[in-house]
Amino acid sequence: MAAPATVSECRTSVAAVADRYGRDRDFVIPMLQDLQARFGCLPPEVLHSLAEAIGVPVSQLYAVATFYTSFSLVPQGRHLITLCTGTVCYLKGAKQIAEMIQSHLNVAPGGTTEDRTFTYRPVNCLGACALGPVLMVDGDYYAKVKPAQVPDILSQYAATEAAGERSE
Amino acid sequence: MSVASEPLTSPSDLVHWREESEQQAETAATTVAVCMGTGCVAKGAEAVFSALESALERLGPDAARIRLKRTGCHGFCERGPIVAIQPGDVFYQGVGEADVAEIVSETLQEGRVVERLLYEDPASGDRLSRVRDIPFYGKQMRVVLQLNGVIDPTSIEDYIKAGGYESLAKVLTGMTPDQVIEQVDIAGLRGRGGGGFPTARKWRSCREAHGDVRYVICNGDEGDPGAFMDRSIMEGNPHGIIEGMIIGAYAIGAGQGFIYVRNEYPLAVQRLQQALSDARRCGLLGDNILGSGFSFDVRIHRGGGAFVCGESTALMASLEGRPGEPRAKYVHTVEVGFHSAPTVLNNVETWANVPLIIARGGEWFASIGTPRSKGTKVFSLVGKVRNTGLVEVPMGMTLREIVYDIGGGLSDGKALKAVQTGGPSGGCIPASLLDTPVDFDALQDLGSIMGSGGLIVMDEDTCMVNVARYFLEFLQHESCGKCTACREGTAQMLHILTRICAGEGREGDVELLLDLCDVLDDAALCALGSTASSPVRSTITYFREEYDEHIQLRHCPAHQCPGLFRYEIVAQNCKGCGLCAKECPAGAIAGERKKPHVIDQAKCAGCGACFEVCPASAVTKV
Repeated sequence: MAAPATVSECRTSVAAVADRYGRDRDFVIPMLQDLQARFGCLPPEVLHSLAEAIGVPVSQLYAVATFYTSFSLVPQGRHLITLCTGTVCYLKGAKQIAEMIQSHLNVAPGGTTEDRTFTYRPVNCLGACALGPVLMVDGDYYAKVKPAQVPDILSQYAATEAAGERSE
Repeated sequence: MSVASEPLTSPSDLVHWREESEQQAETAATTVAVCMGTGCVAKGAEAVFSALESALERLGPDAARIRLKRTGCHGFCERGPIVAIQPGDVFYQGVGEADVAEIVSETLQEGRVVERLLYEDPASGDRLSRVRDIPFYGKQMRVVLQLNGVIDPTSIEDYIKAGGYESLAKVLTGMTPDQVIEQVDIAGLRGRGGGGFPTARKWRSCREAHGDVRYVICNGDEGDPGAFMDRSIMEGNPHGIIEGMIIGAYAIGAGQGFIYVRNEYPLAVQRLQQALSDARRCGLLGDNILGSGFSFDVRIHRGGGAFVCGESTALMASLEGRPGEPRAKYVHTVEVGFHSAPTVLNNVETWANVPLIIARGGEWFASIGTPRSKGTKVFSLVGKVRNTGLVEVPMGMTLREIVYDIGGGLSDGKALKAVQTGGPSGGCIPASLLDTPVDFDALQDLGSIMGSGGLIVMDEDTCMVNVARYFLEFLQHESCGKCTACREGTAQMLHILTRICAGEGREGDVELLLDLCDVLDDAALCALGSTASSPVRSTITYFREEYDEHIQLRHCPAHQCPGLFRYEIVAQNCKGCGLCAKECPAGAIAGERKKPHVIDQAKCAGCGACFEVCPASAVTKV
């Protein structure tokens, strides 16, 4: 998952994705989802290439890419922190956890830490109400989280990353 | 034997295959079902499954008669991970990896029950071994969820063995589209997504609408916070939904269908994708279904993460690759829907009911429920309730029965204040109206709605003004901004509610909120906006005194709004340990060691650190 290195690499990837959906405009959202999965975000060159490939104005792609919360125009962190802010989690203290994450990592909701280790995204509901308040990092669930546990939970991810870098 | 070898080319093929596999099923005498619902997985169900898998491998030839399978949600999320063993109806809860060896040696080999893994009835202290004895399940009526937790959702064979796709076969062999709609009409099925619109009327309008191409859509964009019914059905019994859609498509004459799944539900997407490809492989989907000449296929669309896409016209815009903005519905989507063609959009649970109605007949379905709300409804029972989970009850059961008999009452022994139904479009029903039957119309009369099925229990510690503020914050954030009433109305209501919760409410704020509610009711373009008034109006109707106390006395009676209550130390409980004084960031607590401490209210910042650390619970909120 990295930004396209060259213009031609970008064009090739975009063309492959556009072809997968028959260059049909109905599939703009799945195309953008695939491209975001490929590049980690939707940088301008990708959107421009796609607009050209399927023959729609780039403004329309921006309209879609900025409307839906799952798309990002800027690079994301290597780990995604998803905090459930559904009603039950809210009643059980998700707001305090949100404050803890924001102050601990110095990020705003939807933002990415300066070192790009984490992206923090509050979501409406994870549908795991029996576990509330629930926090998810990448694919791992953390149930009945207390604000004080947040630094420890997050440090595991920062730590595995540091260890991985050393072994490289 | 697997159905995979060749596609089924006639309805009788399907029946033959099922009968043959039933005879063969004798060999696997015992099934061990591990719940793989989100709740159980998050509590470690995968590890339990792997441990069982390797334990069975070690068992050698003995394991041949045991079938281990992953199933969808059993509903009792509070007690996960759950392992159910048949025959014997043994229900183990709170199972850990460490328990696996004993389950294998005792239950699977010796046929003995492991007492300590059984559910303990909180009232009697008895260990209950059978599912039906557990009060959480005893009062439920599991119709839509019947196969959840029984079948392996990744196995089309399991679904067919349980009688799956036989409703489709029945429809294709002997029913006209009109007869199908007739049965749904007799059943009295109403839309489970929230609106409660009669399904048969929707289908008939679409069938009669002018056009050559027609579509069916399954709305799986379950966005209400605190609701996970549709997710559990999509993950636990995907073929039930697909079968319903094929039958619906046959009834209205559609050739293409879509399932719109919420972005946050990757497992549901995976399960549905597999189910679709298995159904195609078996000749149950695609060209010439079961040799009948009827062709229909389904495509999955992952949502982009926008709550408003749960609204039908916004969802269709999203399917067409556009931003999910709704349009005015002077012309209904059954006439002008997806790509301007007649389209039927139904919710996941609605579709899942269809094969059941066809199998057992509309009259059977109509015999369940109340005069105007038929069948059952799945709810996610959540919040401050002891047994959080997924429940299915006949329409007409009272909220009290659901919360106390099935839910086991409130957790932590607190008093119930309200039950919130219908998500952000719904309202709060106070404890005094708990004997209200759950029925589309009864809930609407109280200023709430059935909604898609979130039932959130709130206790005395919940501030109702803050609840209204929470929902408005949600709605304001999710408003697409197309119409002024919703864009500005939700923002202004949120602004006022935030002020009230911060102790800056003014006389007349409540009246102003009610005025804004009227504007939204009348002028908003879609249901997101027009129902945004419900959380505000219902809390004002039933909890007006809480609003007044915030505004006039600058006090939050639930002790939830920061700054609108005080922390005090109860002298007789204080042991003088000094922990609170050490923790207090404002230096507001003083006292001699082993003597009662005191909070200096002038210095207190209201952070609650003392409340959290006090080992003697001597710090109280007043």
